Amino acid sequence: MMLTKSDVTNILDVIIKIIEDNRQYLTDLDAAIGDADHGINLDRGFKAVRDKMTQFLDKDIGTILKNVGMVLVSTVGGASGPLYGTFFMRMGNAVSGKSVLDENDIVAMFEAGLSGIKERGKAQFGDKTMIDAMEPALNELKKALSEGRNLKEAIGAAANAAYNGVLMTKDIAAKKGRASYLGERSIGHQDPGATSAYLMIKTVADYVDKLQQ
Amino acid sequence: MVGIVIVSHSKKVADGLYELADQMTGGKIRIGKSGGTKDGRLGTNVDEIVEEIKKCESGDGVLVLVDLGSSVMSAQMALEFLDGEYAGKVEIADAPLVEGTIAASVEASIGSDILKVKAVAEAAKNLVKI
Repeated sequence: MMLTKSDVTNILDVIIKIIEDNRQYLTDLDAAIGDADHGINLDRGFKAVRDKMTQFLDKDIGTILKNVGMVLVSTVGGASGPLYGTFFMRMGNAVSGKSVLDENDIVAMFEAGLSGIKERGKAQFGDKTMIDAMEPALNELKKALSEGRNLKEAIGAAANAAYNGVLMTKDIAAKKGRASYLGERSIGHQDPGATSAYLMIKTVADYVDKLQQ
Repeated sequence: MVGIVIVSHSKKVADGLYELADQMTGGKIRIGKSGGTKDGRLGTNVDEIVEEIKKCESGDGVLVLVDLGSSVMSAQMALEFLDGEYAGKVEIADAPLVEGTIAASVEASIGSDILKVKAVAEAAKNLVKI
């Protein structure tokens, strides 16, 4: 199974919509342990992506993703700007010049994006951040593909792993960001960054699930 | 002389700290400031940080002082975007914003190099006030 450029832009369109729909939910999660702006900031960033997308839609997938990252960096304003910005820019670098993506490309771009986030935020799995959803998803994606499952099943399994990662963030204390000032008091609250990362991965899984192949 | 760039989530913090540092150094050095997002919210703005660093670079380098969280990441991204002719000339101080900025500005105003200015800013962490 391959993803075309129009699949990628369709997925981006749905992500923009999902972030808009969950703007208040993400902000409410952030109100408990952060500065109550995660949903607002991300929505602002992705709306800017929607406004500027026509300027780079004729480019290859790598360039489109790099541009998405640049727009997020310039417009989000909170920590999720440099983090998701780096994520999309690194994903773009990993698939530079491509107009279709195969399974290896998808793994390579996810891997590059995640390692970008880890470098930028100096965080790791278990710190109560977006990595807690992304890393299990990547591991599950690789595992499912290596077991010979198709991309549809593998991305579905990855989304489930991301969801379990989100649930895990409820049970641990924050080590990064504003929530870390709360220390143990952050336990019991679901991490907004892990939640937005899960929403994006789930969007990709749902989209791929509907593809006729 | 080494330039100083102040990065905060708040425009008011950046403006106020600029005012303090500029008074302490009597306008001898270039001090830049970036606070808040383009549309006036609390947050940081990579594009503006890049512009301010460019404005403050006179050949001797620029030290960037940051407050918390995304200001650190945004400043690091700004440095990556500036790579090339600015490589190795711009540094981010691991210092408290107010004390570090004042210490660094005064040090820069007496003509010290970027590494000395950075070291003085970072030493402000150990400043005993009372």
